[in-house]
Amino acid sequence: MPEVRNFTLNFGPQHPAAHGVLRLVLELDGEVVQKADPHIGLLHRGTEKLAESKPFNQSIGYMDRLDYVSMMCNEHAYVMAIEKLLGVTVPLRAQYIRVMFDEITRILNHLMWLGAHGLDIGAMTVFLYCFREREDLMDCYEAVSGTRMHATYYRPGGVYRDLPDTMPIYQPSKFRSRKEIDRLNAARAGSLLDFIQDFTNRFPACVDEYETLLTDNRIWKQRTVNIGVLTPERAKALSMTGPVLRGSGVVWDLRKHQPYDVYDRMNFDIPVGVNGDCYDRYLVRIEEMRQSNRIIQQCIAWLKANPGPVMLDDHKITPPRRVEMKGDMESLIHHFKLFTEGYTVPKGEAYAAVEAPKGEFGVWLVSDGANKPYRLKARAPGFAHLAAMDEMVRGHMLADVVAVIGTLDIVFGEIDR
Amino acid sequence: MSLAPAYLLDLAARLTGRFGEQLTPLPALTDELTFEVQSPQLVDVCRVLRDEFRFEMLVDLSGIDYLHYGLEEWQTHSATSSGFGRATAAHAAVDTAPVAPRRFAVVYHLLSIEHNLRLRLRAYCEAGDVPIVDSVVDVWPGANWYEREVFDLFGVYFRGHPDLRRILTDYGFVGFPFRKDFPLSGHVEVRYDPDKGRVVYQPVSIEPRVLVPRVIRDDQRYDALLTSAPAVVGKSDA
Repeated sequence: MPEVRNFTLNFGPQHPAAHGVLRLVLELDGEVVQKADPHIGLLHRGTEKLAESKPFNQSIGYMDRLDYVSMMCNEHAYVMAIEKLLGVTVPLRAQYIRVMFDEITRILNHLMWLGAHGLDIGAMTVFLYCFREREDLMDCYEAVSGTRMHATYYRPGGVYRDLPDTMPIYQPSKFRSRKEIDRLNAARAGSLLDFIQDFTNRFPACVDEYETLLTDNRIWKQRTVNIGVLTPERAKALSMTGPVLRGSGVVWDLRKHQPYDVYDRMNFDIPVGVNGDCYDRYLVRIEEMRQSNRIIQQCIAWLKANPGPVMLDDHKITPPRRVEMKGDMESLIHHFKLFTEGYTVPKGEAYAAVEAPKGEFGVWLVSDGANKPYRLKARAPGFAHLAAMDEMVRGHMLADVVAVIGTLDIVFGEIDR
Repeated sequence: MSLAPAYLLDLAARLTGRFGEQLTPLPALTDELTFEVQSPQLVDVCRVLRDEFRFEMLVDLSGIDYLHYGLEEWQTHSATSSGFGRATAAHAAVDTAPVAPRRFAVVYHLLSIEHNLRLRLRAYCEAGDVPIVDSVVDVWPGANWYEREVFDLFGVYFRGHPDLRRILTDYGFVGFPFRKDFPLSGHVEVRYDPDKGRVVYQPVSIEPRVLVPRVIRDDQRYDALLTSAPAVVGKSDA
């Protein structure tokens, strides 16, 4: 009777540790992974094809749904690509708002990652802590755009509207006591900026809290140290970006090296790892949250001192104010043309990239002079990361696959597009 | 006068000096650099770019189908005398049978972390029954999935790719969905058939329609801000 050594294991697509709809076909020798073949595309919606059939502005909302835990960063790359082709520069205040919300998004993403990754490898509590802080940041999203996740807040030419002067407050109900309501509303008396400022004052202590649970935790280290090691050379060859690349010790951050919007005015540090293992990637992301907090504080200080327009005044691209439309024929025409036909973008192609929480999120946009993109390609960081999965888990135990998936920070919205 | 920054002009000059006829500069925005590579020399050029010019990372690789480039669904110039109609018959006249020689292109976005430079390469697929181009997996291993994606969505074949399988579309999918002659709503839809007790495929029941017609306007408003000429020294014929 022949000896059967290797066997094939189907991991996912409905597996809580697969972070969405990842189907992983694993070839195992006992518990050691010989080969991992990720099958992706279960969430493929053809976003890029859909964008070709719509005027430019109507696809902003699709960008939110790519990497659905770092929504505004995706929008940022898309509107930047359009702005590059149009050759317009957005008002300074809008640039600050974008940078601030990019960093809020980064914290949102890293909190989601930390919670889910913790849960995957056995740290239940972190998940609850992370979601507590996420709630506040989602409220910021809601205050500024009306939705908690899919904001559609950035527009070519600026951001949709200025930051609100008031925060929505909780109303008394039979489900919450007076005391609870007062506690929740304590930070909501002022403007949105006051609320965010209060958050940034609280947040470093929260990160300390996560770190006391994990950083020196023996189990956590046993699960992550020396798991999924990537050398800097290999990371570059495999198109890794973001915290995965920095975890391997490569100093590369688009916010520093190819700054966009007002990142060149910000003071922050880039954390890099040493060993390129799961633990280093964890440390990099923890430190990035602290640095994001610093950037947000700088943005708040500037935004409080400098009121101004948040949208270009060029009504060939941006809609006129409602009030103007009531009395001005020109504004009415602009409004009509913008919302029926949209604006045409000059012939050409542009690649705009942002340092999204997961890595370089880029948008390659080709226009043939029409009111719709001719071709849009979203360069998703997770796609390249997952492609390297096979190489990273070979020779590791089955349980380590979960740790590697976790630190690659995979979200299927952007991988499958 | 070219508005491109000096470091890009310098890179462009070095690239034209090293490669000569193998690279053709293409028009690009002022802060970007695009070259067309003759597809037979693609892999050699890429290897030199990686080793000598230190473009150690392939950031992105994507395909593009130029079949409908510059076509509009709503004529704004000729219609003024005859009146506008609803733009419903989109691209009916386009003959899609043969693969035109310059229909499919593969576009490479390269990044040099060492020199902090980006470069875009474009290689047109060889003409023939199937569009084909050489694989760059040997140069940048990260190209593996990107090429699978382009194969899946555009039907471009990559010579020398180790594992050219479909990646994003469903198991057993027929057709190449990102080609311009593939309808947005696709060809088949699925539903649960209670009689057969399983999911069945059937032709789509959706009527293809255009919500907002594609319009190209002769709009020169932004042209002063763009360079229409390639950002390359010695080629300033425009």
